[in-house]
Amino acid sequence: MKEEYLLKAAEPAAETNQSLVLSPLQDIKGFLFLHIGRSFLFLVTCVSVLAVLLIFYFVIRQALPFAKMASLTQFLTDTRWQPESDQPGFGALPFIVGSLYVTFLSLLFAVPVGILAAVFLSDIVSFRIRNIIKPVIEILAAIPSVAYGFFAVLVLAPWMQKRLGFSTGTNILNASIILSIMALPTIISVAEDALCAIGAELREASYGLGATRVETVFKVIIPAAHSGIIAAIVLGMMRAIGETMVVWMAAGNARQIPTPWWDLSQSVGTMTAVIAGDMAETPKGSAHFHCLFMIGLLLLLFTFFLNTISEYFLAGAKKKMGKTR
Amino acid sequence: MKKFVVPGLILITLVVASVAIGAEKQSLQIDGSTTVGPIGTAFAEYFMKTYPDIQITVKATGSGDGAAALIDGRCDIAMMSRFMKPDAEFKKAVEKGVYPVAHTIALDAVCVVVHPSNPVKELTTEQVRDIYTGKIKNWKDIGGPDLDIVAITRDTSSGTYEVFHELVMKKQDMAGGIETVNSNPQAQARVKTTKGAIGYVGLGFVDEVKTLKIDNVLPTKQTIVNGTYPIARPLYLFTNGYPKLGSPAYKFCTFYLTETGQKIIEEKKFVPLTNY
Repeated sequence: MKEEYLLKAAEPAAETNQSLVLSPLQDIKGFLFLHIGRSFLFLVTCVSVLAVLLIFYFVIRQALPFAKMASLTQFLTDTRWQPESDQPGFGALPFIVGSLYVTFLSLLFAVPVGILAAVFLSDIVSFRIRNIIKPVIEILAAIPSVAYGFFAVLVLAPWMQKRLGFSTGTNILNASIILSIMALPTIISVAEDALCAIGAELREASYGLGATRVETVFKVIIPAAHSGIIAAIVLGMMRAIGETMVVWMAAGNARQIPTPWWDLSQSVGTMTAVIAGDMAETPKGSAHFHCLFMIGLLLLLFTFFLNTISEYFLAGAKKKMGKTR
Repeated sequence: MKKFVVPGLILITLVVASVAIGAEKQSLQIDGSTTVGPIGTAFAEYFMKTYPDIQITVKATGSGDGAAALIDGRCDIAMMSRFMKPDAEFKKAVEKGVYPVAHTIALDAVCVVVHPSNPVKELTTEQVRDIYTGKIKNWKDIGGPDLDIVAITRDTSSGTYEVFHELVMKKQDMAGGIETVNSNPQAQARVKTTKGAIGYVGLGFVDEVKTLKIDNVLPTKQTIVNGTYPIARPLYLFTNGYPKLGSPAYKFCTFYLTETGQKIIEEKKFVPLTNY
């Protein structure tokens, strides 16, 4: 069967009375084309890989001198941040804690809302309406973060002071609310993709067994798509932890660990905000300067770790659906 | 005929351009404090209008960075809102063969400001210090309403912070709960919108907030010049050695002595040293 097809295909070629054997020149041309083309594309792809490696290299190179200038254990465990004092203190713990505070709190808002919205889009609403809603949600991701920051400072902060009686409007709660809105589009669209990728078979089988829609969604679809949903959450988390402008404007930048821990009306500083705030006016080569790079390295390691986790779960999600490439 | 018009025009442009480049512009690199920045920029604008052959670049990146730039030879004039630190900066400069000379061009006061609705009118330096070290947490302890104090400071690299840290804090650490912003306008905006807030800003940024008397003295031109207001400081330009007489750097560093210079300094809401 296959051979017959090949023979037929060969006939028109014979008619063009061109030799099927390539001349040496054509051969070399083809060889060069193939390999030059390939290596060119390889180089282009390498640019982004190289960028990642170079970022790691330069951040590490600027961060390492700090290890000689001050103690790293103090850096990770002390709360005294007085980098320009005569007896400088480089305790970055308040910023690490601050980053974790706003990140986890924002996820606390964003994850339930995001997953429910994804379920609504994938399983409940009609396809026509979904096609209107989804692009609108994705616009959220396109709004520049400084615009969110202005909203936080000019609208949310005075509102919190007036209505909730907080003494300061730029605090953990304010930053977390804005961050959760910013993380929503990521969570919704990745989770929705994961839910949609669960085929109709599972849904039909579930309905066929007499399950209601609620049971189908919560006992079949969500468990089946859990890897993709976890990946969505981790990606949302990366968005929140790496965000700078909004936390810089909305979190208040105090150098403290909130006490009592549940009081969300206190202001905190995050790792990203202290880098952005201090870097511009820090003399190059000082311990303070290298310390900021050390914080940057820490942040890079955090996101690298989170990214690895999300890759792991995304790979798991693909395998489960039998859609491995 | 038309054929020659376009190439001719190009040729003429090239010739004019090369003559212009050939005129050799003298250039001045100015770097440093964000507080002195507005004066530097305004001086530079006036200079480039008056002396078209002087090209001036002004970068406001902070006093500390200005000093570093002068020491590294990255700039000709460093704007600073504080004096050079004896060990970290002055000594390093001399070791590298740079001899920093200070030119005081204006005076600036750090004003302690609160929300306009706050009935408190004056504080002592000690009370302000206690607020920033976290000893005083409520306005009622210093004659105000029962309201939590929200203290706002500047990033630790700014010159304004250093003056406040030295003159008010007497170099004591601030409490952890103090909020940080990184510019004068931001500090002013936070105080303006927060009822219990207290902050400190340069003299040019006291619109729509209430300036407090410190040790019974309100920051005004007189009190700053005669030294009775406790949180005032000179603003400096630093050069490597005294600039050669008549050089662009010399003209720039002595410009504050002219009437126009005084006017510009007043326009930027600093206190001039001259009185025309």
